[in-house]
This record gives sequence, C-alpha cells and structure tokens, in this order.
Amino acid sequence: MIGEISYLLFQLVLAASFLSAAAYVVFFISRREQVRTIARTILLLSGLLQTAYILSRYFLAGYTPITSQHEAVVFFAWSVTWAYLSFRWRYTVKNFGTFVSILVVLLLLVAALVSREVAPLPPALQSWWLPVHASVAVLSYGFLALAFCGGFMYLIQEWELKSKRLGYFFVRLPSLDSLDQLNRHCLTIGFVFLTLGIITGSLWARQAWGAYWQWDPKETWSLITWLLYAAQMHQRLTVGWRGRRAAIMAIVGFLSVLFTLWGVTFLLGGAHSYAQ
Amino acid sequence: MPSEMIRLYGVNHKTTPLAVREQLALSSGYEEPLSRLVALPGCREAFLLSTCNRVEVIVVAEHGVDMDAIVPSFLFGDAVHPDKYSEYLYNYQGDEAVHHLFMVAASLDSMIVGESQILGQIKEAYRHASTGAAGPILNKLLHKSFSVAKRVRTETKIGSAAVSISYAAVELARKIFGGLQNKKVLLIGAGEMAELAAENLMGQGVAEVAVANRTLANGVVLARRFRGRAVALDELMLELEQADIVISSTGASDVILHCDDMRPIMRARRNKPIFFIDIAVPRDLDPALNELENIYLYDIDDLNNVVEMNKSGREREAISARRIVDEETLKFRNWLDGLAVNPTIAALRRKGEAICQAELERTLPRLGDLSVQQRKALEKMSAAICSKFLHDPLCYMKSDNHRDQTAAKIQIIQKVFGFEDEHS
Repeated sequence: MIGEISYLLFQLVLAASFLSAAAYVVFFISRREQVRTIARTILLLSGLLQTAYILSRYFLAGYTPITSQHEAVVFFAWSVTWAYLSFRWRYTVKNFGTFVSILVVLLLLVAALVSREVAPLPPALQSWWLPVHASVAVLSYGFLALAFCGGFMYLIQEWELKSKRLGYFFVRLPSLDSLDQLNRHCLTIGFVFLTLGIITGSLWARQAWGAYWQWDPKETWSLITWLLYAAQMHQRLTVGWRGRRAAIMAIVGFLSVLFTLWGVTFLLGGAHSYAQ
Repeated sequence: MPSEMIRLYGVNHKTTPLAVREQLALSSGYEEPLSRLVALPGCREAFLLSTCNRVEVIVVAEHGVDMDAIVPSFLFGDAVHPDKYSEYLYNYQGDEAVHHLFMVAASLDSMIVGESQILGQIKEAYRHASTGAAGPILNKLLHKSFSVAKRVRTETKIGSAAVSISYAAVELARKIFGGLQNKKVLLIGAGEMAELAAENLMGQGVAEVAVANRTLANGVVLARRFRGRAVALDELMLELEQADIVISSTGASDVILHCDDMRPIMRARRNKPIFFIDIAVPRDLDPALNELENIYLYDIDDLNNVVEMNKSGREREAISARRIVDEETLKFRNWLDGLAVNPTIAALRRKGEAICQAELERTLPRLGDLSVQQRKALEKMSAAICSKFLHDPLCYMKSDNHRDQTAAKIQIIQKVFGFEDEHS
C-alpha cells in the first residue's frame, strides 16, 4: 500500500518538477509575470510532493531514506528545491528559478533512472547519527548547488557585459552584483552545513569505527571539497575575491561535490558506497 | 551660382571606426584648419564641424574646380593612406549636401538619434566659420540648418524619445551594480556629454558625484551643479579607489589611465567592480582595462551598439522628421536657384531703368517748360511701361515649375536681352 503511494508520489514529483521547469523556461523566454507566478506555485507544489515522497520512503523503509543512490539524489533535489524556496523568501534574483528548476529536474531524472529498491539497512548505518549526518551534508549540497547556478549565471552575464554583445541573456539575467551576493550568501550557508556534515560524520565514525578519520575515499573527497570552499571563503574575506573568480570557484566546488556524491561511489568505493 | 557648388565631405561614426576618427578630430581648435581650408584653391566659402562622432567639411567651390582632389587629403592629413579614403569618406554635393547637413543638425544622423548636443556643436562650429570662412551661401545654409533642427524638435517627438547615451550608460550600470543607490560617480573632465550622463545617474539616486578636472575652477562649477565635490586631476588615482562609475571625457590627446595604473587600485578596492565610460575622442582610457577582472569599460562605439538595441521605437518619429528635412532641403534649393537668377533679374531691371532714363533725358528738353507735376507724370509713365513690359520675363525667371531649368532660363534671358558680356 505505502509502496504504491510512494511510487505514485515519485511520478507526481517528476511531473511537477518538470512542469515547473517548463513554466520557468517559458517565463525566461516570454518574460511574462503571470507565467512566473505559475512556475513558482508548481515548484512549491513540487517541493511539497518531494517532502511527501521522502516521508513515504521513510515509512516504507523504517529508516531515514538517504542510503541508496536513488534516495540520496532525491534528497539532494529536495534540499536544492527548499534551499531555493527559502532563499526566494529573502531575496529575489531575476530568473534564478529557471536555472534552479532545471537542475532539480535533472537530479530527479537521475533518481528516476537508478534502482528504487528499498534495501535493508546495513548494521553499520543503524544509528541516529545517520539522519543527522546525512541530512546536514545533503542540505549543504543544496545551497552549494544554488551557488553553482548563481555562478553559472554570473559567468554568462559577465561574458555579455565584457564582450559588449548585449543580447538575449543581458536583459533576462539579473545584475552581476545580485548574483555575486547570491553566491556569497549560498556559499556561506552551504559551507557551514558542509563543515557540520564533516564534523558529525567524524563523530559518528569515532562511535562506529573507533576513529575520527580513516581516509575513506568519501571522507577524503569531502575534505577536498571543504578545502576548495574554505580557500574561496578565505580569499573573499582577505583580498576580496569576488565576481568571476568566485563564480568559477562555486562551479569548481560544486563539481567536486558531484564527484563526492557519485564519482567516489562508482570509482573508488569505500564505507560510504550506497547499497546497490 | 548653381547649387552643385556646395560640396560636403565627411566621416562619421557609421563609416569610420573610432580609432581613425580619433586621429581626425581637431585638437587645436577651428581657426587654423578653417583658414587652411579657405586658402585651398577654388574654395570660396568653408565650414568645418568636428565632434567626437563626426568630422564634416562643407565648401562652396568655384565652378569647375575639382574639390575631390584636395579636400579629402585636407581632411585625412597623414592619418590615412589615400587608397583608403573611399572606405571611410562620404561626399555629397548640391541638394544632397544640404540634406545631409540638415539631417545632422536635426540629430537624425546622430549616434543617438534625437540627442540635442549636435545642434550646439554646429552652432559653435559656425561661430568660428562666420568670422570669415563662411560667405553668403554658407551663412544662409547654416542658419537654415538651425531652423530645420528647431522645426524637427518642435514638430516631432524625436528629441523627447531620444534614448541617450546616458540612458544606455545607466542601463549598463544597473546590470553591473543592481541598484545605484550608494554608488559613487566620478567625472573626469567636464564635457557636456559627461554632464548629461551624470545628470541621469543622479536621477537614479547615486550617492555622490565627484568631478576631477584639469582646471579646478571648471570642476568646481560642475560639481556644484550636482552638489558634489571637485578634485584635482592629481588626486585621480586616490579617487579611483572609491568610485564605482567613472565617466571620462577629457580633451587629452593621450590615454590618461593605463591598465598598469589600475591593477594596484583594484587591489586597494578589494576587487569592488568599477564601470568605466569613456566618451572622449581621442580615447582617455586604455581599451585593455576591459580585460581586467571586475572592470567594465565601454567607449563611445560600444555605447552606440547598446543604443542600437532600442532604436525601433524612434523610427516612426524619424520618418516624419525626415519629411521635414526633405521639405526644407527643397526650400533651400529654391533660395539657391533664386540666388542664381537674381543677378539676371537685377540686370534686366537696370537695363529697363537705363532705357527709361536715357529716353526721358532725350525727350524732356524738347518739350519745353513743364511743371514739376507734368514732369513727374512722364517719369511715372515711362517707368510703368518699362515694368509692365518686364513683368512677363521676370515671372518667367522666378517661376519654379521645374527643377534644373534655371540655368537654361538665365541663358535665354541673357541672350534675348543681350547681357552675355555683363554676367557669367
């Protein structure tokens, strides 16, 4: 019963997020305000459906659904969606939703393509640390993903301004300053969560395996990601790195996040590998 | 004087890149080039206009003189190889030249169609030409161009609809900075265009305007207008650490701010973005500045391209403005033709009067004593016969039924009345 509801919910999530992305693209092209309102509403709906789907998985599995590839990616999409919605609540950045909603759809498509099997939880992961550690880590990914979208938009807009070919994107993308602020805002939050994720992971590791750090590939790559972001934060505070460099760093950092999420699992293995 | 003798040579922002225009722009004032121009063989009258977007030479040439051979080389000097003249230069004669000048004066040929500065620039240029270089034809032509510009301004919406450089600059600034509140503007040089841009930025609520000028006194005057402050040019580097939007429009002949000057400043600014607008010709700012991070540099040609984007709204007004220009061109042509006919008409009248006078002188003594009244009556009668007789030929001369017959008409009248030796 729950299994069917859960299945149905995922289909709805896919449909809603696809529709919101489509509406955002239409808004991007037509620049009609009503379309944006529709797109936002659908995205909010998609966010709610994602929450419902994750809850349904929780009841189905009996533990925080974040251990399989599918679950982790859905959680990722969920955190991107809600990070965006929370961000929207404080700032408006023109057409940011278009880029974010496309990223959400892409993530959910990945989730749709991998196995949705509910696997029994390995004994090592049976701990209350699991929801704490995993959700903090994935939340940080959500904000880092927003910084990635912002960085991408920054590079496009900057290119338009520098090349002086003020074309299609010039009018549609927001000002460089607002994108830079977005970058700073999202990176700061994302970085705090990432740090917390590493700390909680380390504490959990001490409890489960008796050592804070054991150079598991996932740990290593998380550390690399963390160092990348830390370097950027440091440069921003000391010599005022911003703009283009900050945007590139946000993109590089996010690629490292993606590698930590997938690359490590498939290429390097280790204790963090998801149940296949 | 057939109208073909008015010749116009010019380069503008459409035909010639900024780098070449920079070299042609006059830096030494109008007097010296104007006197060189009038001294050219066969040149009767001359007018010269040099702005940052165009250089135009108008000459009234003597008949049969090939101005094409001399004016272009005057215009280009050593800046351009003669083979390349045709690439940049446009030249018009007669009606076309008049039309072009009217288009320019009415700001229909401007980089920003409808901007009002160009008229002021033409008036300024004419002030120099009117002291000697311009003669009766150019005086009339220039005055006419002023009234055409005025007519276009009052009868069309082209001026109010003008999307100006400053507007484009504001648009760009907004895409860089978002809001312009608490942004600082620095004007380098106190040009009219810089003023306009600064005014527009003030309208957007910028926090402060500073003016750096070579002569501090002028800077103070301008700064007072914006409730800003004036700074000396030596303090420029210090000011650049604070400013967000810099509008440069000095008359300097060289680049005043190089890439290498700006690197340490960017460090001091902690990479805070800065937007340079270079509206000076020759350029004030090193074009390579645009390649530095967080620096955005737009020169006048770049702004042109930006403005190009929202041009369509003005097209309709431009069409009715063009109609006015066409109309006025025709009127001027009629005046010119009249000018050509005038000597013949005068000769005709003179001839009539001379005949009357001669006949009266011959007849009066023979009539014996006449009262003053009778004498007057006779004089009146002979004058009336003469003018009635001349009425038809004069009407024929003045009629403007068809173009390009003026010369033929003059010839006929001159032949019929035997003036051929008196006038050419």
